[in-house]
Amino acid sequence: MIEPRILEVRTRILKKNDELARAMRDRFAAAGVLVVNMVSSPGTGKTALLRETLARLKARGVPVAAVVGDLETDNDARRLAESGAPVRQIMTHGLCHLEADMVERHLEGWDVDALHFLFIENVGNLVCPTSWDLGESVRAALLSVTEGEDKPLKYPGLFNTSDVAVITKVDLAGPCDFDRAAAHANILAVRPGMRIIEASVRSGAGVEDWIDYLLDRRRALTAPA
Amino acid sequence: MHELSIATNVVDIARHHARDAGAGRVAAVTLRIGRLSCVHEDALRFSFGLVSEGTPLAGAALRIVAVPVRIWCADCRAEFELPGIQRFACPACGRLSGDIRAGRELDIESIGCVSDEGEQSS
Repeated sequence: MIEPRILEVRTRILKKNDELARAMRDRFAAAGVLVVNMVSSPGTGKTALLRETLARLKARGVPVAAVVGDLETDNDARRLAESGAPVRQIMTHGLCHLEADMVERHLEGWDVDALHFLFIENVGNLVCPTSWDLGESVRAALLSVTEGEDKPLKYPGLFNTSDVAVITKVDLAGPCDFDRAAAHANILAVRPGMRIIEASVRSGAGVEDWIDYLLDRRRALTAPA
Repeated sequence: MHELSIATNVVDIARHHARDAGAGRVAAVTLRIGRLSCVHEDALRFSFGLVSEGTPLAGAALRIVAVPVRIWCADCRAEFELPGIQRFACPACGRLSGDIRAGRELDIESIGCVSDEGEQSS
């Protein structure tokens, strides 16, 4: 039996993705574009919140755009386009997450540097998107009141890599017997200190908190050092 | 099945390193996978078997070193290994800590190379 020669590699497995994502983030930051990667289970309300976000920012004259990932159909891109913002659909045809090069390819032809915000709606999945950096400055993890307060404990990896948690559909908190304190405690257990925003697109509650958070984050990005 | 994308990256990196080292075949690959990286070991092994077929990594042994989560506790001024990933609290004093020192690894540590003829390459 021949002993193989051991070669130290010591490399990030996703190095290619990480390097592209870092280059994208640097370029976006230099141009003052805040990139937001929105992640959640299917059905949490990413598209509804994003459509409302695009519409409200656009109404204030803020230049925004979005790319949205789904396994199939361009339904979400059409829903988001109702906001009047430029939107592109990334169809992954089975792939369970977005990767940086997919996002980059779908920005071709857009004057991205003129934007203030670029939103990336990830494929509905709380596991697979965790390790893929898309060049975002903000990763938002969404959780709806219909999903159960212990979701952060079930998917700690995703919540732990996120910057902000948005609890959606809070207008349904009562009928769902949603335990707000437990949800907050669980989010903070897996990501101590994380900012938590509660919102409902249907009632409008909290949506401005989310918008304010985004505007603050962009101000921080563009503030002179 | 994001493990398929991870396995594809492992095979790409390993074959480039092997080629640069003048090795014909890779007999073993050692990975370091943090508990926070959301990688399922069985799914990764299955994917690795698929994507390594027909490459210099075909049949290579995949060794996976699981890396536990370690946090820094500012109160205890010490680093602690966490028993799980549901609560990022200091095991000694209970204080929550977001200062993660280990557990997000997704690395290729090393590869074991042999020459085409099965002789040890030098």
